[in-house]
Amino acid sequence: MMVLLLTASASAQTPAPQNAAPAGNAENGKRLFTSYYCYACHGTVGQGGSAGARIAPRPIAYAALLRYVRKPAGGMPPYTSKVIADQELADIYAFLRSLPPTPSAQSIPLLNQ
Amino acid sequence: MEQRTVGRRDFLKTAAASTAAVVSAPAAAAAAQEQTPRNGTAPVVSRDAETGRTPVIEAITTERPGSDFMVDVLKSLNFEYVFSNPANTFRSLHESLINYGGNKAPEFITCNHEEIAGAMAHGYGKIEGRPGLVIVHGTVGTMHASMAVYDAFCDRVPMFLILGNHLDAAERRSVVTWAHSVQDAAAILRDFVKWDDTPASLHHFAESAARAYKIATTPPMMPVALVADADLQERPCPKDETLRVLKVPAIAAPQGDSGAIAETARLLVAAEHPVLVADRLARTPAGLTHFIGLAELLQASVVDQKNRMNFPTRHPLNQTERERAVLSEADVIVGFEVTDFAAVRSSKPNAKRISITANDLFSRSNYQEFQRYAEVDLAMAADAETTLPALIEAVKRLITDDRRRYFQDRGATLAKAQQEALQQAREAASYGWDASPISTARLSAELWSQVRNEDWSLVADVVFVSNWPLRLWSMDKHYHYIGGPGGYGVGYGLPAAVGAALANRRHGRLSINIQNDGDLMFAPGALWTAAHYRIPLLTIMHNNRAYHQEVMEVQKMALQHGRNATRAHIGNKLEDPPIDYAKLAQSLGVHGEGPISDPRELGPAIKRAIELVKRGEPALVDVLTQPR
Repeated sequence: MMVLLLTASASAQTPAPQNAAPAGNAENGKRLFTSYYCYACHGTVGQGGSAGARIAPRPIAYAALLRYVRKPAGGMPPYTSKVIADQELADIYAFLRSLPPTPSAQSIPLLNQ
Repeated sequence: MEQRTVGRRDFLKTAAASTAAVVSAPAAAAAAQEQTPRNGTAPVVSRDAETGRTPVIEAITTERPGSDFMVDVLKSLNFEYVFSNPANTFRSLHESLINYGGNKAPEFITCNHEEIAGAMAHGYGKIEGRPGLVIVHGTVGTMHASMAVYDAFCDRVPMFLILGNHLDAAERRSVVTWAHSVQDAAAILRDFVKWDDTPASLHHFAESAARAYKIATTPPMMPVALVADADLQERPCPKDETLRVLKVPAIAAPQGDSGAIAETARLLVAAEHPVLVADRLARTPAGLTHFIGLAELLQASVVDQKNRMNFPTRHPLNQTERERAVLSEADVIVGFEVTDFAAVRSSKPNAKRISITANDLFSRSNYQEFQRYAEVDLAMAADAETTLPALIEAVKRLITDDRRRYFQDRGATLAKAQQEALQQAREAASYGWDASPISTARLSAELWSQVRNEDWSLVADVVFVSNWPLRLWSMDKHYHYIGGPGGYGVGYGLPAAVGAALANRRHGRLSINIQNDGDLMFAPGALWTAAHYRIPLLTIMHNNRAYHQEVMEVQKMALQHGRNATRAHIGNKLEDPPIDYAKLAQSLGVHGEGPISDPRELGPAIKRAIELVKRGEPALVDVLTQPR
């Protein structure tokens, strides 16, 4: 059900989801995701890697994301409201939610060798 | 043709070779006087002229220069290749290598930069397990080579360097020769070579060469440097002296103290959750075999820090993917040649920590590559690979039937966890599978699919592709992976891969290089060397178009300083203009294809490149990739 919800939310203007994220502009979020270098650690589609955790598709709840971005643990630096406004984070969150689900590893022959 | 004459090069400087004449010592001094520079500074007089030494029989044409004997010495050390960029401070040795030595064992490998020469020897050394020979200018060439030497030093890889020089001022021919002369040629390397010397005679050269080789190949293995003065190279071999090439022994590496081995075995057998951590353990195939043997005997967790191919990636006891989990509950941790053992910790306060490393046998002071001080309960100053057989025997003696049954249960649990971890890695790799730029996981999986049925050797550091090959590929041979640069100097990647591929060539292995774009731009000339010597090497570009590590670092600073967080690309991007690596490769004689941004096109491109590599050529596929 969550996957369907996320897939359906790929429009540019994303309505507030059940986890109380403010409405966000996914297109602007994609632009911000690049300009703030979120992609440098998390990948252009939030897939994660050795430098940053996977954050999409199906991101964590907005409130938890906001908390973490403002006061992160581990190697991630803090993105304060002085640097990224709440609305910009909402746009980034809308972008992350707009990303389509990925195929399972079992369905990818190259990942079963 | 021998005549009584002045020093050979004095003669060449003052007269045409066809007018050779017999002159006395005073005449030689006069000849030197004639060379007084126009600016009126004092003349530089050669040693023979200055001392009025009785003229010796010398030659206008020297049938046996000192450099011929140096070649005899180098041949006795069984060097296959000499990695070098030509320079006049070793012109005589160069000529002796190609003519007197027949350009075989060692064969001259032309490198377009001395850092390439050093890094090629580094990569070669890790595949072959013995030093590569590098010859460079004693000044500018050594400066260029120094980064590669430091990498090899940190990576505990032996390397045999020869530095040309003109120590005798009277022998310097030009303003350039003066600029390329130095009092102490090895000084610039002294902080990161294990030993160096400046031989004053050919006998001294022979002795120091044997000593240097012995020192370099005794663990901890490191680079060594010998200065070969041009005068020594170019003067005839003395006729009144019997020069001898000295024997280099087989090296018995230092094994751990028997009491310490017994105590380590006791702790390991009694432990509930022992963890074996390896970093630069397996110097040879035997290291890999013995380490598997110890782990299986104990059914203990293994964490492989992978600066060598220490343990099969899909072995049931390989818990590297679960490093935090197994270390947190560890009651005994044994580190085998672990560089930063201070960072390997259990959450149990009473956990016993034992280190076995040859690093405890030799240290330099200036450069801080020795890492944080590691608090351990027992430090065994010994070569870990050499110590393993004795440790295995000690463990065998202590295992009871009860413990064996316990170990079997522990092994079954670990095997299950390892399978789950592999599946989790595959799941993680599926995210961003169809992304463009191409994910580094997809790149690694596509590559694995093409090479897994070949006899392959991954000759690249993979930390910048999120270590995906280590997580997804099945590696179980000692040449399947050779670790990283050691000193983290950018510019190691391509030349080290070419050097390793050269070593792999005679074994018929398919060498694979996953090449960071920023690294390639430090030393792209290594592609020409690969093409020129027909070195089969598959290079897959990890073209993320930036120094992304530094993007993250600068971004962190901008955020820490509360400033504009959208400018970290400045100074770090490699985009305007985009670098066309396929064309770059083609211009250097290497098959180049790409850039490829559609993941569906990657597999076929890799396949085409492999077909060329299997025919004995280098090939490069440029892939536009995600940052990590």
